[in-house]
Amino acid sequence: MFPNKATVEALEDAAHMAEVQGRSLWGDARERFFKNRAAVVSLVVLICIAAFGFLGEFVAQWERDFVDFSLMGANATQGVPSFETGHYFGTDASGRDLFARVVQGTRISLMVGVVGALVAVVVGTLYGATAGYFGGRIDGIMMRTVDVLMSIPFMFVLILMLVIFGRSLFMLFLGIGLISWLDMARIARGQTLTIKNKEFVEVAFATGVHPLKIILRHIVPNLLGIVIVYATLLVPSMIIFESFISFLGLGVQEPNTSLGALISEGNKNVGNGTPWQLAFPLFFFVITIFAFFFVGDGLRDALDPKDR
Amino acid sequence: MTAYIIRRLAVAIPTLLILVILSFVLMYAAPGGPFNSERPLPPAVLANIEAKYGLDQPFWKQIVNYVVGVVTQFDFGPSFQYKDRSVNDIIAQGFPVTLTYGFWSFVVAVGVGVSLGVAAAIKQNSWLDYLAVGISVGAQVLPNFVLAPLLVIVFTLWLDWLPGGGWNGGAWQNMVMPVIALSTSYMASIARITRSSMLEVLNTNFIRTAKAKGLPMRRVIWKHALKPTMLPVISYLGPAFVGMITGSVVVDLIFSTGGIGQFFVNSAFNRDYSVIMGITILVGSLTILFNLVVDILYAWIDPKIRY
Amino acid sequence: MTFKSKMMASTAALLIASSHAAWADGHATHPETGDALATEQVFTYRDLDESPSIDPGVAEDSAGGDILRDLFEGLMNQDADGNLIPGVATGFEVSDDNLVYTFTLRDNAKWSNGDPVVAGDFEYAWKRAASPELASPYSWFIELMSLENASAVIAGEMDPSELGVTAIDDSTLEVRLTQPLPYFAQMTTHFTTFPVHKATVDAHGSEWTQAGNMVSNGAYKLTEFVPQERMVRERNEMYWDNEGTFIDKVVRLVIPDENVALTRYLAGELDRTAVPTGQFPRLSEEYPDEALSVPTACSYYYTINLTDTGNPALMDADVRKALSLAIDRDVIVDNVLAGGQKPAYTFTHWATAGFETPDIPMASMSQADRNAKAAELMTAAGYSADNPLEIDLIYNTSEGHKSVAIAVSQMWKQTLGVETTLANQEWQTFLETRGNQDYQVARAGWCADYNEASTFLDLMDSGSGYNDAKYENAEVDALLAEAKTADNPQANYDRVEEIVAQDTPIIPIYHYASVNMLNDALVGWPVNNFQQNWYSKDFYKKAE
Repeated sequence: MFPNKATVEALEDAAHMAEVQGRSLWGDARERFFKNRAAVVSLVVLICIAAFGFLGEFVAQWERDFVDFSLMGANATQGVPSFETGHYFGTDASGRDLFARVVQGTRISLMVGVVGALVAVVVGTLYGATAGYFGGRIDGIMMRTVDVLMSIPFMFVLILMLVIFGRSLFMLFLGIGLISWLDMARIARGQTLTIKNKEFVEVAFATGVHPLKIILRHIVPNLLGIVIVYATLLVPSMIIFESFISFLGLGVQEPNTSLGALISEGNKNVGNGTPWQLAFPLFFFVITIFAFFFVGDGLRDALDPKDR
Repeated sequence: MTAYIIRRLAVAIPTLLILVILSFVLMYAAPGGPFNSERPLPPAVLANIEAKYGLDQPFWKQIVNYVVGVVTQFDFGPSFQYKDRSVNDIIAQGFPVTLTYGFWSFVVAVGVGVSLGVAAAIKQNSWLDYLAVGISVGAQVLPNFVLAPLLVIVFTLWLDWLPGGGWNGGAWQNMVMPVIALSTSYMASIARITRSSMLEVLNTNFIRTAKAKGLPMRRVIWKHALKPTMLPVISYLGPAFVGMITGSVVVDLIFSTGGIGQFFVNSAFNRDYSVIMGITILVGSLTILFNLVVDILYAWIDPKIRY
Repeated sequence: MTFKSKMMASTAALLIASSHAAWADGHATHPETGDALATEQVFTYRDLDESPSIDPGVAEDSAGGDILRDLFEGLMNQDADGNLIPGVATGFEVSDDNLVYTFTLRDNAKWSNGDPVVAGDFEYAWKRAASPELASPYSWFIELMSLENASAVIAGEMDPSELGVTAIDDSTLEVRLTQPLPYFAQMTTHFTTFPVHKATVDAHGSEWTQAGNMVSNGAYKLTEFVPQERMVRERNEMYWDNEGTFIDKVVRLVIPDENVALTRYLAGELDRTAVPTGQFPRLSEEYPDEALSVPTACSYYYTINLTDTGNPALMDADVRKALSLAIDRDVIVDNVLAGGQKPAYTFTHWATAGFETPDIPMASMSQADRNAKAAELMTAAGYSADNPLEIDLIYNTSEGHKSVAIAVSQMWKQTLGVETTLANQEWQTFLETRGNQDYQVARAGWCADYNEASTFLDLMDSGSGYNDAKYENAEVDALLAEAKTADNPQANYDRVEEIVAQDTPIIPIYHYASVNMLNDALVGWPVNNFQQNWYSKDFYKKAE
C-alpha cells in the first residue's frame, strides 16, 4: 500500500549519494529531471489535473449537489454525456451532474493525498531527525516505538476508527497520517545520523545553539531532497488507500465525494447501462496516479544518478 | 542471531498488549453496543444478555478477564453477533481460507512479478521492457474492487468458465479469481522493484567482471545477479503479506469466500467486540512474525548485515 | 408405487444414466398443477449476510426466519396468502374470555431422528427462549405474546417453569395469556415459537445448531453449513408431509455484494436474488418473467425529534407539515427506488390485513398544490430565502437510504429553501444516536411483527419504546388502547392516522416492496404473503 521498505532504503542511499554531490545538487537534479521525458509529461498532466480539480467548478454548468428530478432514475437514457445539456460527463443515478462531481472528487482525492503526505512528512521528519540527532537511549526508545507501531495492522485500526467515530475528512487525514509517518521517520533518522557528524552541525553544537534550533535550521533543510521524493511517492498510495476506504462505504460524507467514492458508485452501476459513471472518475484516478508515479520516479532518478 | 530472534520476540509481547488495549479502548469508547437493534431491547432482556457476555462488569475487569482467557486457554470468547459460535470457531473456519488464497496470491505475485521484472531489466528499453512496465503500472493503478466484479462478469457470466464465488472447500476453480484479484497489484509492485534492482545490480563491478570474463549472460543472471536483486524484493514481502491479509476484505466481499476479511468488516460494523479483537490480534501476530521472517531471510541472503 | 418413490426412482436412474437426459422430465408431474417437474429440484438463493443465529430461541433476523421455517415447523403455518393453516398443530380452541388457547398436535409429526414431536417440545422451547440463562435477544417476543408471567421470567424474578405454557399430554398444548390478543394464533408462525429437541440441546450445548448435530422437525434438515459462505438444507424423510414436498435441496449462499449476486443470478448460479436499488426498471424490461416486486410489510419514514434536544424550529407542527408536503413521494417511488414501492401518506402499510387506508387530505392533492401549501406554511412560520431553515438529517449507511436522503434534501432546498446537512452513520452508532434523541430528523423503518395495523400504529403511543420522535398525544393513546379490545378498530386507526398526519411527528415516505429476481422455473412463490414468509416445501421447479 505504501512506498515499501525497498524504496525507503533506496532513498536512504540516494540522499546519501546526493549529499556527496555538494552544492550543485539542486541544479544537477533539475537538469536531470527535465531530461526525463516521462516525468516532465507527467508533471504537466499533474498540473492540468490540479487545475481541473480546483478550477473546473467554473466550467461546470451545474452545481455538484443539484438534483435534476427529471433525470433521476432515468440517467441511462437521458443522463448521457452531452454538450447540449451541459452535463459533459452525463449524470449519476440521482440526476446530479457528473462533471461537477468529478471535479470535486478529483479535488478531494488530491487533498487527501497531499495532506496525508504532508502529515507524514512533518511528523516523520521531525520525529526521525530528533531521534537521529540525540542518538543513544533516546534514539533506541523512539525507534523501538516505531517498530512496535509498525507491527499494528493499521488498516484494521483505521476501519475501526472510521466506524466508531464516524467518517469525516478529518478522521481520514488523521488515520492516514498516523500510518504513513512511520516510514518517513526511519528515513529521516538514517539521514540525520550521517548529517549530524558534518562540520557545520558540530560547529553549531560547539557554539551552544539550542538542539531544537540545530534540528530545525541545520538538519531538516538537508533532509529536504529525500523527503520530497518520498512524499511524491506517498501521495498516490494515499489516493489508492482512500479509494479502498470509500469502497467500504467509509469515505467522505454526501453530498461531498471523492474519486474513490465515484468509482465505487460507478462500479455498482456498470451493468445498468451507465458506463460513464465508472469511466470518467476511473480515468482521472488512473491518470493522477500514473502521473505521480512517474514524477516520483523522475525525482528519485534525478537525485540518485547511480541508476543512469 | 538466536539472541536477536529472542529479542525480537520479546518486543512482540508488549506490542500485542498495546494492540489489545488500543482496540479494546477504541471499542469501549464507541457509541452503540453490539446489542442495539432497530427495535431497542427491553431493559430486562438487555441486562440478561450483558450479564451473559460479562459486559456488566467494570472496564478493567473485562480487559483483565479477556487477556487472561486468551493467554491461559487461548480462548477468544464467544461472538456477540453470531450467537451460535465462538471467535475460535470463526477464526478456525475463516483463517485457513484466507491463508490458502493468500498463499497462492503470494506465489503468483512473486513468481510473475520477479520474472516480469527480470525480463524487463535484461531487455531494457525494448518492447518487452515497455510492455512489462505498462502491465505493472496498469495493474497497480486499477483498484481491485473494480477488477474483481469485472472478473465475475467476464469469467462467469460471459465465458461461463468459473463459478462466480464461494469457496467450495478450496476447489481450484473457486480460487482462480480471488488469486488474480489479490495478486495483481502486488505483482506489479514486485515487478517494478525487481526491474530497478536488477538494473542497479547489472551495473555493479562484480557483474561487469563476470561479463568481462566471458561468462554466458544466462549464467551471470542466475548465478550472480539474481541473489542481490532479490534483497529489496524480500524486504517488500512483509508489507505485501500484510496487504494481502487486508486485501482479503475485498476478496471476501466480492467472491464470498468466507475468509477473515469479511468477518472483520462485518464485526466492525456490528460492534462484535470479541471477533474484532480476535482477528486484530491474529493479524498483528502474523505481521510481527512475518516481519521477523523477512529480516532473517534478509540476513541470510546479505552477509553484510549483522545483528 | 407412491408418487414420491416414483420420482425418486426416476431421479436415481437419471443420476446413473446422464443428468442431461431430457426425456426423464416427462415422467414426473405435479399432482395438482400437472406441470412437468424438472429433474433437479434444487432451490438456490442469496442472503446478504450470515444470520446471527439459527437456533429458533435465539434467532433474530428475517433471513434467519427463512432458514428456520424450512428446518423447523411451528404450531401453525401460513399459506401463500398469509392465512393460517395447520402446522404441527391440527387446530386450536380458544376459551370464552380469549385468554386460554389449547392446541391439538398431529400424531404423525416427527423429528429428523425419528422421535415424535410432542407438546413438551414446545413447552421446553418457549420456556428456554424466555429464560435469562439463554439470554436471547428475541425473548421479548415471548413477552409480546402476552404469555402469563413472561415479563417476570425474563426479568429473572420467576422461574421459567412458571411461564404460561403447559403440555397437558403429548398431543395437547395449553397456553395462558394475560390479555386477549386477536392476533395470537398468527404469532405461532413466528420462529421464536418453534419447537426444540431437548435431548439434542442437552447433548451438544450451544453447538447443537451445527450440521450433523441439529435435529429438526421441518421439511428439511441441515446437511452442510459453512457460515458466511453456504448452507445446504436437504429433504427430511421423517417430515409428516414428505410426500407433498418437491424441492429436494435448498442452498443458501451468502453474497455481500448485491451487484455481484445479480451477475451470478444472470449466469444461472442462483434462483433468487435481490434487485439492487434503481435497477428494477431495466431488469423488468429485459426479464419480465423474472423481476418481481411484491408489497412487503414495512413502512419507510423520517422521524422528527420532538424533545428539547431537537431542532427548535421543528417544534412547530406547521413547519413539520410543510416539510412533509414538500416531499414529492411519486418521484422517490418512481425515480429513486423504482421498484414497485407505493408512496406513503399514512404510517400503516396499505396492504395490511383488514386495514383501509383513510383519506388524508394531503394524499389527494397534486404535488404543485402541496408545494404551494408548504411554501405558504413556511412563510407563515417566518422562514424565507434570507432566513432559511437549517436541518440535520441522519440516516444509516446504505445506497438506498442515501439516494432517498439526497432527493429529499434537494426537494426541501428547491421548494422551501431549506438547507439540509446530511450525515450517514454506521448502523449501531445510528441506533444509539436515534434512540437517545440525539438528532433532528432521522430515517426510520418499521416492519410488521404480525399482519394487523396496530403493529405500526402502536409506535405512536407515548409509552412505546420505539417512539423515537417522543410524540405524545393523549387522544392517540386513548384511541390505541380502545382499539385493542374493539371488535372493529378501523375507526380508531383512521382517527390516529389523521391526527398523526396533522401533527406530523413522523413523515411517512413510502411503503416497502420486496424486489427480487426469481427464476421463472420456480413455481409457488407466495407473492400475496404480506410478510413474505415463504416455505421451500411449497415450491417446485417445472421442467424447462
